[in-house]
Amino acid sequence: MTTRQPGEHKQEIADHLASRADWRPFEIAFWLAVLATIFLLPDRHLLLSQVAILGLFALSLDLILGFAGIISLGHAAFFGFGAYLAGLMAKHGIVTEPVLALLLAGVASALLGWATSFLVLRGSDLTRIMVTLGFALVLRELANRMVWLTGGADGMQGIDVGPVLGWFEFDIAGHVAYVYSLAVTLVLFLIARRLIYSPFGLSLRSLKDNPRRASAIGIPTRRRLVAIYALAAGYAGVAGALLTQTTQFASLAGLDFERSADVLLALIIGGTGYLYGGLIGAVIFKVMQDWLADLTPQYWGFWIGLVLVLIVLVGRDRMADTASHVGASVVELARRAVDSAVGRDRPAEGG
Amino acid sequence: MLTVLFDGIAYGMLLFVLSAGLAVTLGVMNFVNLAHGAFAMAGGYVAVILVNRHGVPFFAALPIAFVSAAILGSVLERTLYVRVYRKSHLDQVLFTIGLVFMAVAAVDYTLGSAQVFVELPAVLKGQFDVLGAGIGKYRLAIVVLCGLITMALQFGLARTRFGSRLRASVDDPTVARGLGINVGGVFAITFAVGSGLAGLGGALGAEIIGLDPVFPLKYMIYFLIVVTVGGTSSMTAPFLAALILGIADVAGKYYVPTFGAFAIYTITIAILIWRPQGLFARAAAR
Amino acid sequence: MPYALETIGLERHFEGIVAANNVSLAVKRGSRRALIGPNGAGKTTIINLISGMLRPSAGTVVLDGRDITKEPPDERVRLGLVRTFQINQLFAGLTPLETIGLAVSERLGAGADWWRLVGRKPRVVDEIVDVLERFGLTDVMYERTSDLAYGKQRLLEIALAIACRPRVLLLDEPAAGVPETERRELLDMIANLPEDVTVLLIEHDMDLVFSFADSITVLVNGTVFVEGSPDEVARDPRVKAVYLGEALDA
Repeated sequence: MTTRQPGEHKQEIADHLASRADWRPFEIAFWLAVLATIFLLPDRHLLLSQVAILGLFALSLDLILGFAGIISLGHAAFFGFGAYLAGLMAKHGIVTEPVLALLLAGVASALLGWATSFLVLRGSDLTRIMVTLGFALVLRELANRMVWLTGGADGMQGIDVGPVLGWFEFDIAGHVAYVYSLAVTLVLFLIARRLIYSPFGLSLRSLKDNPRRASAIGIPTRRRLVAIYALAAGYAGVAGALLTQTTQFASLAGLDFERSADVLLALIIGGTGYLYGGLIGAVIFKVMQDWLADLTPQYWGFWIGLVLVLIVLVGRDRMADTASHVGASVVELARRAVDSAVGRDRPAEGG
Repeated sequence: MLTVLFDGIAYGMLLFVLSAGLAVTLGVMNFVNLAHGAFAMAGGYVAVILVNRHGVPFFAALPIAFVSAAILGSVLERTLYVRVYRKSHLDQVLFTIGLVFMAVAAVDYTLGSAQVFVELPAVLKGQFDVLGAGIGKYRLAIVVLCGLITMALQFGLARTRFGSRLRASVDDPTVARGLGINVGGVFAITFAVGSGLAGLGGALGAEIIGLDPVFPLKYMIYFLIVVTVGGTSSMTAPFLAALILGIADVAGKYYVPTFGAFAIYTITIAILIWRPQGLFARAAAR
Repeated sequence: MPYALETIGLERHFEGIVAANNVSLAVKRGSRRALIGPNGAGKTTIINLISGMLRPSAGTVVLDGRDITKEPPDERVRLGLVRTFQINQLFAGLTPLETIGLAVSERLGAGADWWRLVGRKPRVVDEIVDVLERFGLTDVMYERTSDLAYGKQRLLEIALAIACRPRVLLLDEPAAGVPETERRELLDMIANLPEDVTVLLIEHDMDLVFSFADSITVLVNGTVFVEGSPDEVARDPRVKAVYLGEALDA
């Protein structure tokens, strides 16, 4: 090691640490591509807004599953809760401006998450599966019974959502819906991204890695888990509210077990623990769903089940490794293509 | 009230037979098999088809249901499940949910989505009048049959060599292997028997709790409740748990119709908060 | 308050086994106490009880005069009581830099900071570098912990505890599994711990024990058997008997 001034050394380390949060080329490419869809795929905006919503929902699940290691089979509870709240606010004219309603639904869902966090703090994986599943079922049953509030099995009718920020009316083609959903997803993504690279985010990773040691170095594991669980619940609630606002409809489907299973599958397909998994997985999932629904409208559950089984059998880490190898090769090919197009001679890369 | 109590007991015992296999699977291999209900469904449909379409006597259809579900369980276990044993709980959950989706869709496709019922033999139809309360003959048969099965299980567990090998494997698989017990083999047999029991339960339950393609999803939570509340270290604990839950569910739905369905969930959540390792499990954690 | 750490009548039962039986220790501030005893004597149980990972069946744990028996492990760390583990308990997916960074951030109250990026607080970085340099980990600080050699991992294990700036440090067999060639580094590290830090050390390596400790407690079958200075303990025939002759007594 070369001799350095102590000050230099520290700066290098500080920079190294902070550079973890630098935006990688793939991230920039991803968001550019996403923004491009606003202009390049105008006739798909309705579908794309659903993709964005599922992406946000899957992102919220990633926060607790990928980063905190909590297996939840009932995350739809918060999604449906947010969905119904947004519906109620719009239907009864309590809050007609969607962004405000969205915020309120998100905060309320976060509070619900906070209040029920004790359910997932204790016990084994199996206990968590059980109580999260049970809680979602209870909520669904409640919504089913309280027909006067939720419309029961028929769903909540008569939801009239005002224009976004008082300016942008929701249109039939779904343009406003898509830009709105995308904007919300982007903002929440950026916040989550900031969080992941913060000391709080690092403590979450350590919690998942070795919870025993985490508490043995003074990390208040319970508090951190409660915080991330509440945040994830809030995000899920926002996603649900978005669904209601963009479709002008809220129903029990938002609380179904199928919902919890779908979002889990979407996240697994995309990969957990790097924040983009939920978004990428949502795209793949929706594309798959669209395609399979055309093939076998009624029984696409079979194919989804098959995909799940295959993913597990092949192995998620093997898939992730393959994906990153493929990704790296693609990046390398792209770079070479750009270089030759520009006529640049690249010296042999050292090392 | 006696009727409600009796119905609750019948329901509870049925739940136990349905869930016993899952309890052992979880206890021995620490494997979360959410597809357990699919084996119950298989047995149920086998019985329904045999009795309704081919005139097989009900009492003969029951053991056939058991055997078919056991064979199905065996085959799936040896071919697919073995590859997933060492994976994380999340992977096990994903895998078995995938299987459930496939099973549900497959049955829906081949046999339709309507609920099916078994044509009961005449001897099982109707009621007895006991102390002014109506005791359904079918439910009585279930209580008797499940009671016999439970006793057989308890006997098998406590008195046979296989039983002691199984108990050792549940207690500590590593030590059991060290003692020369073929834990994998024990598990394969147990899985088959457990699936068979589920199938038998599905056949028995068709009349009481209904049978349709979404059965595995509908009842997944019930099996999980029995297993989590009762714990996996004995047979008596899940049995008691199943009884309590069966009675609570039936009584809840009868006396408080609007919110009776919540009784079972609320009790479960309350118990799990109080004792996350189950009601009766020993304090020593694995 | 002369005693940095005290246990009073500490007991722990497991289904009929008494792992700790009326264990009362009193460790003076700045002292280096070794806890020794044959295998299965209950030494790690005591550490688990003191650090809060196990609840005692009876008895209390007192840190600097404050009863901490009811406090959870992370609170005890904040109060200055830190432990290491006999088998490395590290964060496999994190680098030493991140690992130490975690402990330091936490200690400086920046642990819950969700907005600022890791590395943007100069005080934190200063301390991280300090610890890494002291333990000779700067050459591997960017590598994944799971990729490190065992000796380095062991150093990290202890560095992590030191990063928490303990007032009382519990070392559970720090030299366990460390190859001969890397022992020297480790032992020097332990010998150079700040003087105001009180250390309770479990060890089997008698060289380390007798060169490091200023007082020794011998634990047998969960009970305090003999206590005293290294000389006293070394000369006590009962201690020799316990280590060598238990077979004879049985």
